[in-house]
Amino acid sequence: MLKSTGIPTKEDLQKIYPSAERLAKGPVAIIECFQRIPCNPCATACTRGAILPFQDINNQPQLDAEQCTGCALCVASCPGLAVFVVDMTYSEQEALIKLPYEYLPLPRVNTTVKALNRAGEVVGQGTVIRVQTPPAFDRTAVIHLAVAKTVAHEVRNIVVEDEANDA
Amino acid sequence: MINTQIAIIGGGPAGLRAALAAAQTGAKVLLLDNSDHLGGQLIKQTHMFFGSQQQFAGSRGIDIATRLATELRQFENVQIMLETTVLGIYEDGVLLAEQDDKVRKIKAERIIVAIGASERMLAFPNNDLPGVYGAGAAQTLMNVHGVRPGHRVLMVGAGNIGLIVTYQMLQAGVQVVGIVEAAPTIGGYLVHAAKVRRAGVPIYTSHTVKEAYGDGAVEGAIIWQLDEKWAPIPGTEQDLAIDVICLAVGLSPLSDLLWQAGCQMTYVPQLGGSVAVRNSLLCTTNQQIYIAGDVAGVEEASSAMVEGQVAGLGAALSLGLGGEQAHAMLADARGQLAALRSGPVGEKIRAGLSLVEKGVTADA
Repeated sequence: MLKSTGIPTKEDLQKIYPSAERLAKGPVAIIECFQRIPCNPCATACTRGAILPFQDINNQPQLDAEQCTGCALCVASCPGLAVFVVDMTYSEQEALIKLPYEYLPLPRVNTTVKALNRAGEVVGQGTVIRVQTPPAFDRTAVIHLAVAKTVAHEVRNIVVEDEANDA
Repeated sequence: MINTQIAIIGGGPAGLRAALAAAQTGAKVLLLDNSDHLGGQLIKQTHMFFGSQQQFAGSRGIDIATRLATELRQFENVQIMLETTVLGIYEDGVLLAEQDDKVRKIKAERIIVAIGASERMLAFPNNDLPGVYGAGAAQTLMNVHGVRPGHRVLMVGAGNIGLIVTYQMLQAGVQVVGIVEAAPTIGGYLVHAAKVRRAGVPIYTSHTVKEAYGDGAVEGAIIWQLDEKWAPIPGTEQDLAIDVICLAVGLSPLSDLLWQAGCQMTYVPQLGGSVAVRNSLLCTTNQQIYIAGDVAGVEEASSAMVEGQVAGLGAALSLGLGGEQAHAMLADARGQLAALRSGPVGEKIRAGLSLVEKGVTADA
């Protein structure tokens, strides 16, 4: 279970996952925040009011998925790096995942990287479509990664081969 | 003799915020720190902070340090003395401090002690081998000095410090072979745990270090599993080839100065150790001395900052400074503290605080 492994279970994910209907409409935030902790920057960052204002700072984020455009402002602002965006409409075969990334080197656009699941296991590969590093994201890069739709709900990290660090 | 109204010992998140709050009331403030920088532990906190905007949530600790220090330096009524170690607080309200090998006397009407906490050690065979670090030390090496502590690390402790320093080791290109945690569950925020898990770092809950080994330095460690009564289970040993053991097994408030000053102290496990008995304005049983931050009870930096505000305002108000505005700021700060502590992760702190908050004459 999550409290002893650090990996959310299917049941944990079901509680926060947007509906299949919403996923079929386009990009939407997946907020993998499963614990009541005093933290609210996601709601502050959302310009569309899709992450509802917190009544109590310890509450978990509440997403109004209909208002969410998957813009990823919350992805870069979450101190826990717990927000992702999944776009199941990206292409016939592939979904686009936007994930927060704070390692160097950053991946280069159009390269292929290993795609990892929530346990850090390689579950496939992805193509880096875009690397967002605007000043407003404050050194949390948001990586746009195209992966097979079959693993879109599993992939949450990437490995970037770093020749310089291998020694 | 240096004369001031409010002397603040410690320029970390609590001390900086205390100095700012006191300075805003017009008080003459002297901020003392034994290091060569302001910010305390903030200067190595490269991660984003939790909390709300009022505690700079979403900002990185390193940037909060710069921001607070810059703001403080704009006040003409604030004097800052760095590389100055306070040696004692005496009955007549005089502080003795060492700076440049000279002892300085400081007379202050109010003193705010915000000196933080120190890392705890863990007992296991060969824990004195080079390569056994406190997590804070490893973090300082990496994030302040740009030095990797080693190549393969075993982290001990899955509280927020263990999880965050693990993450920062990965960022520094250091391999972390695992995190052992004696408790059956992860103590730190689960989002921090998820972050290192998806980077492939296993978390061994209900495990501890049996021993370290190595010829002159750490070359490995044996870990083993604990049963539900926290007793090791023979036969569950795992041998890990590592060159660093990093201890993140908790902090203890640095209470020495407060003992020496004669404040009434009490041992509260939930707050990390011995802390001063205080009222809700963080004034100790010595009416001249206030406390804020980890020295008052080990907690998050966000609440340390707000405690600094409370102590700074409380001290200023007791000198007749600040007036209505200070009262309003104080009410706001206390509201923030209550909110930060109101959830399940604040339960331990609330339990600890209920044991130490005595009489509330200052509330009237």
